[in-house]
Amino acid sequence: MSTTPTKQPVIPTIKRETILRLLKRGERIDGRKFEDYRNIWIAVNPIPKAEGSALVKLGNTTVVTGIKLEIGAPYSDRPYEGVLQVHAEFVPLASPTFEPGPPDEDAIEVARVIDRSLREPHAIRLEDLVIIPTKKVWILFNDLYLLDHDGNILDAGMLSSMLALNFTKIPSVVVEAEDNIIINREQKEKPLPLNLNVVTITIGVFEENLLVDPSLDEELIIDSRITFAVDENGRIVGLQKTGMKGIKQETFEAALDLALRKAKELHELIGKVLNNPQNYTKPSLALEELWG
Amino acid sequence: MEKPVLIREDGLRHDGRKPGELRPIRMEVGVLKNSDGSAIVEYGGTKVIAAVYGPRETYPKHLILPDRAIIRCRYHMSPFSTSERKSPAPSRREIELSKVIREALEAVVFTELFPRTTIDIFIEVLQADGGTRTAGLTAASLALADAGIPMRDLVAGVAVGKVDGVLVLDIDEVEDEYGEADMPVGYAAGIDEIVLLQLNGVMTKDEVLEGIKLAKKGAEHIYKVMKETLYKKYLKALES
Repeated sequence: MSTTPTKQPVIPTIKRETILRLLKRGERIDGRKFEDYRNIWIAVNPIPKAEGSALVKLGNTTVVTGIKLEIGAPYSDRPYEGVLQVHAEFVPLASPTFEPGPPDEDAIEVARVIDRSLREPHAIRLEDLVIIPTKKVWILFNDLYLLDHDGNILDAGMLSSMLALNFTKIPSVVVEAEDNIIINREQKEKPLPLNLNVVTITIGVFEENLLVDPSLDEELIIDSRITFAVDENGRIVGLQKTGMKGIKQETFEAALDLALRKAKELHELIGKVLNNPQNYTKPSLALEELWG
Repeated sequence: MEKPVLIREDGLRHDGRKPGELRPIRMEVGVLKNSDGSAIVEYGGTKVIAAVYGPRETYPKHLILPDRAIIRCRYHMSPFSTSERKSPAPSRREIELSKVIREALEAVVFTELFPRTTIDIFIEVLQADGGTRTAGLTAASLALADAGIPMRDLVAGVAVGKVDGVLVLDIDEVEDEYGEADMPVGYAAGIDEIVLLQLNGVMTKDEVLEGIKLAKKGAEHIYKVMKETLYKKYLKALES
């Protein structure tokens, strides 16, 4: 059952009023322009035991995504495809408002939007993840872990998932028998077969104003959010409106144009990371540049 | 199963509808005795029943909001609503849809009129043939009206799909399963606001805009039927 949130982080009235006053003047409390993302910091493969991983820091929102591959049975209606599973964990260390326990509706929504954004445009070539047709396939677990919550979990989670997938290597397997397949995780060579990259662009709507990449303080004040999943060819591969107010047609159209423009920037960022991964590979995560 | 022909050579859909045509729509309000408001809505083979309880006391107490009512919403599919039995335990899909339907209704209900209370909305899908969340939203909106809860507007839900490259209104299960995209829309026609919007599939920018236009047209028709349904019950009550 879905309930009106009653345990939102408290935002002091004075801060709320300041944010609103600034918005009316075309300014944001952290000094950004309406169309700006916060700074994005990326580390690729920070978790070598995962088949692929990426840490993304979007302002103070920190997400790490790990990809694990296990062998299992395909879905009965998709016997010639591997299986994709996306999960999101909002662990209690990430926010004073998170409690331990199974994923709540917000975590489930984030995971499902990312799942659809990857599945619908066939971002992952699942048909190449078959080991024994109709019997044994790779099950790809995309586990998104929120470490610090400062708004716009979805875009940070999508970016870290997309990067982790790009750096995923498939372990080598020896098929002894149908029920005896040995996975050698020491030997990971084949990259995960991908067709294209996808990013999500989340835009906060406050009256007629459109705020790209809303921070947590902004999320608590604005009317609603629209998330656009956009692939590298500029197609829209997913949409999700969240929040407790409706939106006008003109507002939606303006947000759509803005999202397509911002998507280009994020796709360029992914390209930059893929072309120069050494610049984004860190020896350790205990870095002042990351947490400082 | 082989992908069926979704757009026939004559340009009509697999069930003979035109691309912009809705399925036969039926609805009735006040169908349940116990609830404060209720409605049953059918879009073709999709049959959904909704009930509203409240505003009533909030329990547990720590959920009370001092300045407004809280809304609790459950979208649930019966085990016999699908060809293969669906486990009655809530799936991740049902949890997500409960949330998007609740948020759509939060946009229209005057919750601030009933501080410290709870409004419960229960939606049961009795038979699923595509468009269950949008039919559920329509039914929930009618049930709220039937319960006499003040709202800024009624909400009509309808899904637009892309099948064989053609934008079509009110997709059924076959079109959802084999089509390229499913875009559910919740529209409050009186105040011209979109309160629910999702896209599951791939579309160009122009298709998204065209699709929303088509959905609004469909929703406006459903909205009219909703009003007639409410008038039918309540004007009769007034006149007698």
